[in-house]
Formats: sequence, structure tokens, C-alpha cells
Amino acid sequence: MATLRINDAKAPATDRNGALIRAVNVCKSFELPDGNGIFTVLDNINLAVRPGEIVALLGRSGSGKSTLLRILAGLIPASSGDVFSSGRRVTGPNPDVTMVFQSFALLPWLTVQQNVELGLEAIGVPAKERQARALKAIDMVGLDGFESAYPKELSGGMRQRVGFARAFVKQPKVLFMDEPFSALDVLTAENLRGEISDLWEKGDFPAQSVLIVTHNIEEAVYLADRVIILGANPGRVRGEVVIDLPRPRDRSSRRYKELVDGIYIVMTNPDRDVTAAMAGVPPRRETPYPPLPHATVGGISGLLELLQERPELRDLPEISSTLQLATDDLLPIVDAAVMLGLAEVRQGDITLTDAGRAFATADIQTSKEIFRAQLLERVPTVKMLYNTLKEKPNGSMRAGFFLDILDEHFPREEAQHQFETAVDWGRYAELFEYDRGEDRLLLPVEVSELTD
Amino acid sequence: MTRLTFPTREALRRLPFTPADVAIIIGALALIVVVAYVGSTALVPFQPPDVLPEPISLDVIHLPYYLARSTLRMFIALFFSVLFTFTYGYVAAHSPRAERVLIPLLDILQSVPVLGFLSVTITFFIALFRGSLLGLEAASIFAIFTSQVWNMTFSFYHSLRTIPREQQEMARMFRLSRWQYFTKVEVPNSMIGLTWNTMMSFGGGWFFVAASEAISVLNQDYRLPGIGAYVTEAIDQQNFGALIAAIVAMAIMIILVDQLVWRPLIAWSQKFRNEQSEAHETPTSWVLNLWRAARLPSLISEALRPASEFVNRALSGTLAPKSAPMTQPRAAMPRWVDWVYNGLIVALVIGGAVVLIRFILGEVGLPEVGNTFVLGLITMLRVAVLTTVSTLIWAPVGVAIGFNPRLARLIQPVAQFLSAFPANFLFPFVTVALIATGISLNVGSILLMSLGAQWYILFNVIAGAQTIPSDLREMAANMGLRGWKLWRRLIIPGIFSAWVTGGITASGGAWNASIVAEVVSWGDTTLTATGLGAYIANATEVGDWPRIALGVGMMALFVVVLNRLFWRRLYALAESKYVL
Ligand SMILES: Nc1ncnc2c1ncn2[C@@H]1O[C@H](COP(=O)(O)OP(=O)(O)O)[C@@H](O)[C@H]1O
Ligand SMILES: [Mg+2]
Repeated sequence: MATLRINDAKAPATDRNGALIRAVNVCKSFELPDGNGIFTVLDNINLAVRPGEIVALLGRSGSGKSTLLRILAGLIPASSGDVFSSGRRVTGPNPDVTMVFQSFALLPWLTVQQNVELGLEAIGVPAKERQARALKAIDMVGLDGFESAYPKELSGGMRQRVGFARAFVKQPKVLFMDEPFSALDVLTAENLRGEISDLWEKGDFPAQSVLIVTHNIEEAVYLADRVIILGANPGRVRGEVVIDLPRPRDRSSRRYKELVDGIYIVMTNPDRDVTAAMAGVPPRRETPYPPLPHATVGGISGLLELLQERPELRDLPEISSTLQLATDDLLPIVDAAVMLGLAEVRQGDITLTDAGRAFATADIQTSKEIFRAQLLERVPTVKMLYNTLKEKPNGSMRAGFFLDILDEHFPREEAQHQFETAVDWGRYAELFEYDRGEDRLLLPVEVSELTD
Repeated sequence: MTRLTFPTREALRRLPFTPADVAIIIGALALIVVVAYVGSTALVPFQPPDVLPEPISLDVIHLPYYLARSTLRMFIALFFSVLFTFTYGYVAAHSPRAERVLIPLLDILQSVPVLGFLSVTITFFIALFRGSLLGLEAASIFAIFTSQVWNMTFSFYHSLRTIPREQQEMARMFRLSRWQYFTKVEVPNSMIGLTWNTMMSFGGGWFFVAASEAISVLNQDYRLPGIGAYVTEAIDQQNFGALIAAIVAMAIMIILVDQLVWRPLIAWSQKFRNEQSEAHETPTSWVLNLWRAARLPSLISEALRPASEFVNRALSGTLAPKSAPMTQPRAAMPRWVDWVYNGLIVALVIGGAVVLIRFILGEVGLPEVGNTFVLGLITMLRVAVLTTVSTLIWAPVGVAIGFNPRLARLIQPVAQFLSAFPANFLFPFVTVALIATGISLNVGSILLMSLGAQWYILFNVIAGAQTIPSDLREMAANMGLRGWKLWRRLIIPGIFSAWVTGGITASGGAWNASIVAEVVSWGDTTLTATGLGAYIANATEVGDWPRIALGVGMMALFVVVLNRLFWRRLYALAESKYVL
């Protein structure tokens, strides 16, 4: 496998004055609803963005990437720790950065040109100059001739170009991008990514540095000079990988593939973390209900059947391209299979366990039995739901009760997701049923009759 | 690269004005002349009681003038409504502390019957402008204002609270000034909801302009020149011809305002839609097309650009972005300020309650309260019968229309027109029929109240039926669902939430209408029904202020309680259970 140069996350290899933006011991937690304590999203983050580099923040969704980016941009405050930009402490919207948003965040009632001029207008640039600078930025992103079009007349890719032009025109020190290509279809994203990369390589990029948030490993390796890997629950810097590839980048080069594969391994083994140990980051918070990956039973059994039918398929990146699934969509399914003890992941390769093989080959009733056994043995959340119902004389309980329990361990929205996933799994295993109208969980009829 | 922002040479060589420009210039000039003329006559001095206002003439020649006066009143009220909406909504959305008072207050104000506002305030306005009709004018405009404004304010406030998160972040990121944020983000986001609500409220306002122009206070009849007074005069003189002329004129005016003001505004507001894809069916307007075809508007706005640029920059400079966006809003002020503030609110509420109780015990007495409560129950029964019967009649019709897209496109504007048409113009015909047949107004008033209210149920049901996906209907047909089963399984769930909207509007309208529907006259004959509406109308006529306040307060209480206990629950049910 690839040899990765791993930098120490705690002490970025730059002197104190060399960084444009620096995060020092940044923590962020949100209050859980109803005063159930706090939920830590970011834990002691230290990082720096230096002049002239593209840094990628890589992590699964929910690892707090967007939150971190917004703290660095001064849009939301950190719970503790400091952000410095050009040596000054950031206490409000950071004037050194502009951001490209995942959802474009264009104002639909303004033309392309008005959208691009917006940021200049805000800082009082006179009309003439505003217009000239906006036209130049629009030209740069290849939207020449669309100045007076409205966003809704444009395709998704063109809209994001407007987003880039709006960010470029302010000539920020650091350009922030929050998953700028993930709302676009694959081809459009590829195309735009290439153009941004070309602009950077040409040397007249309108920002000194770039910080891009992504969950796409290939994107990170393709664009970045350094990839900072974030772990989840709570979000922390697991380490960083220096992308020592010459530009323009050659995707077919061996080194490129090594780097992509290497990062896959790091990403699929959240616990076996070399650099986390080096950084002395505290271990994962213990919880009686380890978070369930958001995967449907359909997704899990689909993956298992694929692995059963094509045993030669082991490499995760390969599977992801076979299934035409984004990594971010595949990883929860893989995690779920591992959690259920139906598959194992080693060195970026996935294999079925005995139970997994049995599951993939059995008829539906037997599959359900296997799934049920695995659930009760390995998934505390589902077990808690089932046991609670069994203890109730009428075998039924309102969903709100369980949500309250989960609320103590997850933020409100996440608790809802956790509950939905647990219900999806438990229903498939016929452990219980869910009445949406009444919003109650109940034991299936036969089972409650047996216990009565 | 600048070619797109300046007219090309080819464009400059073209005629400076298109036919569209000519039409717009003529239209604008005509409007200015009419407004100037009508407006100037409104300021003619009066010295009552010696010099009484000229009596209303039933000559049809004068009808356009009266209509113009009424319409002017509507637009003056609209102007104040817009001002109020922007300030009240803005403050409520931006200050959590003000919000705690303003929003519940708005909820209560919305439940007070509009004509109740008129009854309560009219003596005050007359006293304010003693010796001139201006007091009555102000009271009338105020009544129209109260019929329009609460809806609009709620709509604006709601839009401000639901601005998409990424737009908020973008604005902070690019450091938009508060002025820029208001004009580029907040107002545009509120535009679609606000224009729609304004149009609906304006339509409802015709009823109140008609009702407020001729009113008896302190045993004296006051008449403002206007179409409502014209109708009242026609009733006094039992002149059917004049009545029909007024109805036709009113219908023409509603259609005119719709075509010249609301259609263009609605069509224009579509550009503020937030989903960034073309809607299937965008409203269009020939006036807007004319406006867009004309070159004058863009030339003028081009000429004004330096001025507006100057204003924008000046305002942006003074209204810098919020200075402390990083600090939590609550932490910004010390706790004790909140305590004092909350204490003050509680003290005010308690003080109000004490005043109220002393008022009830001292001025009217408990038995009178019991009396109005019983009257309220009677009127409530009428509203309930009306809502039920209208539903039974219009729900099947509305569904049939809604399921037929071509028919729906035809009928929907008609239903909207009928709901905007002031039902009190039609009252005399029903009154005459009641007198002829000898049917008691106790029953007849239900029909009167329903003349305006029922259409809200019809067009909301049509809209609801249109939202039922056609594949669900095909599925139902395929499964052989028919008759009651089809209604129970598909149609009722499908139209439920639209029906609730229609029902709440209809019953609100009926409560309002009860004040003019429970006492009606034709010539010298006056019919009176037993009910809270008649109670308020009679108290207003003799100027018995405590009883006006009691009646209006009781009606507001009924409406608030019904909304909380009945309609809100139906809304909750509609949202949790019957979402398509
Ligand atoms: N305002 C908030 N209140 C409560 N929880 C939040 C808030 N913003 C984000 N979170 C939680 O923080 C976690 C990380 O979110 P985010 O930064 O959006 O992750 P990513 O961008 O990596 O997908 C999620 O679990 C999310 O639910
Ligand atoms: Mg994100």
C-alpha cells in the first residue's frame, strides 16, 4: 500500500506568522434540546491555511466539516478556542474569506451581474468599478454573455459558476468552498472541477489559498496540496496527508491511485487511527447507543448480495464505481454491514462474514432470522426498542418515548434519524411494527400473543 | 464586454417610443388627473351641523365619482397597511423581546371584527376632526385598514422568519448592510406571499368600504360620498335601478383593479420565487407585458439610477451590518433586563385585566355580559350552519370543478371575484324577499352572511382538488373506489387542508358580516335578528360606548376561542395526517 507522509496535526509545519488562517483549539458543541446537556460536534481542532496552497477538509457527512468552515469564516462562533485570520482574532464575518456554497445561495431575483456585484456593493465600491470588476469575474468563469440572465434560466453548473464569480470578484485571501460540486451531476462537476484546477495552475487565481470541504476522496486528492482528515463523533483532526503530486494532476498515475487507496483505508477505519494517537486526541465518547449508520436494509442486502455474487470485488473504491454510488452513500452501507457483523473491512477491502454469506444466500424468512439475531446481539438501539416493548403489557409504546431517550445522546435531528434507521431495521427483522398514524411502535401480533 | 448594459447603436436608432409607451403614458396621465380631481374634492370644507354635506344623489351620472372616492379610500388604506406591515413585521421579526408582545397582540387584533373597530373608534375620530367630515373619512379608512393589515403583517413576518439559511449566511459572508439585506433579501423573499395576501385582503376590503361609508352614530346618520353611501341611499329610497347600477359599477371596478393592479403584481412577483426552476404555469398579465414592452420605464429607471445608487449607499452607510453577529442574541443583554421587561408585560396584562373587570362590573354589569354571551352563542350557531351548509353544497361542486382543469381555470377567477364582491350590495334583494315572504331575519341573516362567505370555501376546495395528483385518482378508479368510499379515502384527505383554510376565512367573514346582516332595512322597514351582530349595530347606533366595547370584545373572544379550540386543531390534523 501507499506510504503516506503524515504530518502532526497538532503542530502544523509552519511558523506562527506563516499562516493566513489558523484555528487554535477550536471546539464546538450544540445544546441538546430540553437541556439534555451538550452535543460535541468539533473537538479541539487545530489547523492552518498557508499562502499559496489548496487545503481539503475531508470527512464523512456529519463530521462537522461545514460547521468548522463556518467557524473559520466567522459566521458562527466557536464554543471555545480561537480563529486567527491574518494574525487578527476573528470575532465576526471574516473579511479575508469568501465562500462558495453547496446550494449556490444565489438570489433568484437578481441577474447574474447583480448577484456578482452584491459583495462589492456591500463594501461601497462605486457603480462603474463594480461593473467592470464583475464583468471580469464573469468572464473568468466562462459566463460571458449571460450577464443579464437570471439564475433560474441557467443550468446547475452555470449557477455554481456564478457562485464562483461572486466569490472571485472580492479577491479574498482565502477562498472557501463547501462541497461546491456535490449538488451537480457527475459530468458537470468533473468539468467545473477541472476548470477550477486549470485556473489555479495558470497562476492568476483570484485568491491566495483555497480551503475546500468535501466528502469525495478523489476530489480531495485531485485538487488539494494537503488533505486534512476529520474524524466523526466528535469531529476531530485525525491527521493530514500531503498530496505530493505534480500539477496538472494525472489520474492514471500510480501515485495518484496509491494516495486515493490510502485515504480510503484511513476513512474506512475510524478507530484504527495512527495520527489520532500522535495528536493525543481523546478517544471516542462512550455511548450506550453507538450511532447507527444511515443505511436502509435494502441497501445493506444489496451490497451483501453483490459481494456474494462477485467475490472478486473487494476493493471499496472499485465497488463504489461498480455501483455508481458516491463514497458518501456507500460508506454508511459498509459501516452498517460491519456493525451487523455481516461483513468485515481490512486494508480497504471488504469481505463477507459467515453470517453475511448465510444472509445473502438464504430465502427471505431465513434472512430475516439471521438479521434479527445479529440485531439483537450487536445493535443496542434496536435491542432497547424491542426490550421496552416486550416489557409493556400491551406491547406498544409511543415513538416520542424513544426519541426522548435518544435525544439524550444525539442532537434532535440526529435522534430522529437514529430512530428511523432503528425502526427500519427492526421492522425488516419483524421485531416490531410501526404505526405512523398513531406514531407508536408495537410488537407484531403473534409475538405479543405468545408473551401474553 | 459592456455591450449588454448599454443600448446598442441599432437600438438607439429605433423610435424612442413604442406603442406600449404611448399606452402607458396615456394611462398614467389619466390616472393622475382622476386622482387629483377626486382627491381635491375630498378636501372641500364642511361646517356641520349648519352646513351639512351634500346629500347623496342617486343620479347615475354621479356614480363614477362616488366609485372613485371609495376606490381612493381603499388605496389610501392600502398605503397605510403597507407602511404598517413593513414596520410592525420587521420589528417583530428582528427583536425577540418585541416579538413576545407583538405577535400575540396581532393574533388578537386579527380576531376583532373589523366593523367592531369602526364602532369602537368612530366616536373618537369624529371628536378628533370636530366640525368636518374628515373624521368620518378617517374612520372609514381606518376600518378598511384594519380589514387588510393583519393578514399582510403576518405574511411579511412569517417570510422574514423563514428566509433560507444559506441566503442568511451569504448575506453575512458578503457583509450586506441592513438596508441591502432588507431590499435584496428580506423584501424579495416576502414578495410572493405578501402580494397574494394583499390582493385577498384588498378584495375583502370592498365590503368594509361599503359598510363604513354610511353609518349611524349617536342617532345621527353620516354619509360619506362613496358607493357604499350610494347603496344605502338607494335602499332608503327603495330604488332598484340605482342598486343595479351600483352593482354593475362595483363589478367593473373590481375587474379593473384586478386587471390593472393585482394581475400585473402577481405576475411580476413570480420573479421572487425561490425554487430556482421554472414553474409549470406562471401567471401572466397583459398590463405587465405592456409595461415590459415599453421602453419608458427602463429609460426612467436608468435615468434615476445615480439617484437610487446615492440613496442606497447613504442608507447602507448608516445601517451597517449588525455589529455583533458572533455573540448569542440572548447573551447580548444582561439577564435582569429580560426580567424587568417580562415583569412589565405581566404588570400590563394584570392591569388590563383589572381595568376590564372594573369596567364590566361598573359600567355594564354581569347580567349584561351573560346576555351578550348568549347572543354570541346564537350568532355562532348561524356561522356554524352557514359553514356546514356551504361545505355540503360547495365541496362536491368544487371537487368536480377542480378535477376538470379546463373548467377550473375558467371558474377559479369567478369564485375569487365573487369573494371580493361586497356582499352588502346584494343584501337589499334578500331583504325585499324576506319582507315579501315574511321569513324571519333570524333565519334570513344566515343567507345574508353566506352571500360573501361561501365563496372562500368554493375556491379553496377547487384549489385543494387541483392538488390531488392525477395518478392517485387513476389509482382510485383502478381499484374501483366510488361514491362515499372514494370521498373518504381520497377526496376528503386531499382537500382537507385547503378546506380548513377556506372554512376559517369563511367563518371569519361571517362573524364580520353579522354586524351588518343582523339588522337590515328597506325603505322604512327595518328587520332585526337576535344576535351579537345586531347588539353591536344597535349599540353603535345609539352611541352606547360601554355596550359597543362589550359586544365587540365578546365577539373577539368568540373568534379567538373558536380559532384556538376548533380551527387550529383542524389545521394540526391537516398538517400531520393529510399531507399529500
Ligand atoms: N445549529 C446546529 N444545531 C445543532 N446541531 C447542529 C447544528 N449545526 C450542525 N449540527 C450538527 O453537527 C453535526 C455536523 O454537521 P455539519 O457540520 O453540517 O457536518 P458535515 O458538513 O460534515 O456534513 C451534525 O450532526 C449536525 O446535526
Ligand atoms: Mg456539510
